[in-house]
Amino acid sequence: MIRQRLLAGPDLSRGPEGLAWHVQRLGPPPVIGPALIDVVESSGLTGRGGAAFPVGTKWRSIARRHAGQPVVVVNGAEGEPQSLKDRVLMTARPHLVLDGALLAARALRASRIAVVIGESHRDALASMSAALAERPEPELRQARIVIAPPRYVAGESSATVRLVGSGIARPTTRPPSMHEAGVDGRPTLVQNVESLAHVALIARFGAGWFGAGTVLITVVGAASAPGVLEVEPGTSVREVFAAAGGGSRATRAILLGGYFGAWVGAGKAWDLPIDPVALRDRGLTLGCGVVGFLHDAGCGVCETARIMRYLASESSAQCGPCFFGLRALADATARIGERGSNPEDLARLHRWSQEVAGRGACRHPDGAVIFLRSALAVFAEEFANHPPHWRAESSQPRRIA
Amino acid sequence: MSAKAHLTIDRIRCDGHGLCAELLPELVRLDDWGYPIIAPGPIPDHLVAHAQNAMTACPVLALALKRAEKPDDGRNPRHR
Repeated sequence: MIRQRLLAGPDLSRGPEGLAWHVQRLGPPPVIGPALIDVVESSGLTGRGGAAFPVGTKWRSIARRHAGQPVVVVNGAEGEPQSLKDRVLMTARPHLVLDGALLAARALRASRIAVVIGESHRDALASMSAALAERPEPELRQARIVIAPPRYVAGESSATVRLVGSGIARPTTRPPSMHEAGVDGRPTLVQNVESLAHVALIARFGAGWFGAGTVLITVVGAASAPGVLEVEPGTSVREVFAAAGGGSRATRAILLGGYFGAWVGAGKAWDLPIDPVALRDRGLTLGCGVVGFLHDAGCGVCETARIMRYLASESSAQCGPCFFGLRALADATARIGERGSNPEDLARLHRWSQEVAGRGACRHPDGAVIFLRSALAVFAEEFANHPPHWRAESSQPRRIA
Repeated sequence: MSAKAHLTIDRIRCDGHGLCAELLPELVRLDDWGYPIIAPGPIPDHLVAHAQNAMTACPVLALALKRAEKPDDGRNPRHR
């Protein structure tokens, strides 16, 4: 069910919450150092950038390193075109994000904070810049805003580290992990803005208060009132659809987790919980929190072809299997969409989607083929009997359905 | 503690020259675009010398032998 925590306070239409209001509403953040790591760990907070990795565990592994003062990278790149939740959060509650970043920096004894924000997220950039300018001198000196190019891969964690260190928003080969050697070779925490905003509340009210927490999601596609919602983790997909105004048409499939997620047939999806950990345990992902609804007139093959074309064009072109493989996969999917089903392309899709996985420096190709394989399973019937009806009018991503 | 060696590839460096598949066909095949696909698992003892040859022959030095059970760098498939 809907529960406002990060987005509690003044109505979002009133724009960014200033420092005075923020402190009046929530009180100042506590002065707490490395002891916060225990608190965050016992809260069970998981990362909201897509990996759902336990935040406390990540912090502890960085605190253990001794290779210089750590750096905190606040990840607000939000390269996923369907997702809006990070920019809505940064726009409306910039001080919550900054509080979280400063608390993380203090807990890890980090000297520098880099706030990475996607270039096209203009409201978020303006709000975060203004919020930083309201902060006292020492905090202002510690943190800076770094603008990420509007590319899908720019938000990948090693790409944000490379962006902050050298201005190039492309993934790097690992090892070393960013925990060991990130920005300027220092141990580096890369944390999504939503995760840090939760930290700002956990530090104030405690791990017990956090409970199961809340999740920010972006509802897209065939819902009457799409947009960003804050829900409790147990909320079902059905309840999310209702909260987003429902829809006039029957839903046939749901895209959980955005372009890095998976299609799930509507029958199976309605009772799934919007819970990053529970979904991961079922082999699914909430990813960055995108929940997309495809109505019964939408074509699964054509939607998949559009998204694959986008993902292929968003390869950073560093690794052959990703650059060539995703392009070939997108072309084969588009051929089925345009010219109709054929067994050769279908066989290629199955074989290539297995071969490409795990063969990039980052997980861009993996995410793309997980998405494609879910389409091949959920829309198996359509992929096998697709009439030639789609025309590739543009390579731009489109809202599903 | 004698961890077996694994063949790893720096995917950013690799340009698909294909010498590794030429020199070590037992463990390396090429995909449809000429980039290597490595057989999973450790390198069998009788192929270690060939693997070393392949490693030194790579024009861009993208191949490496890692002596770890499993390279673990804390990554998660969905990590963005």
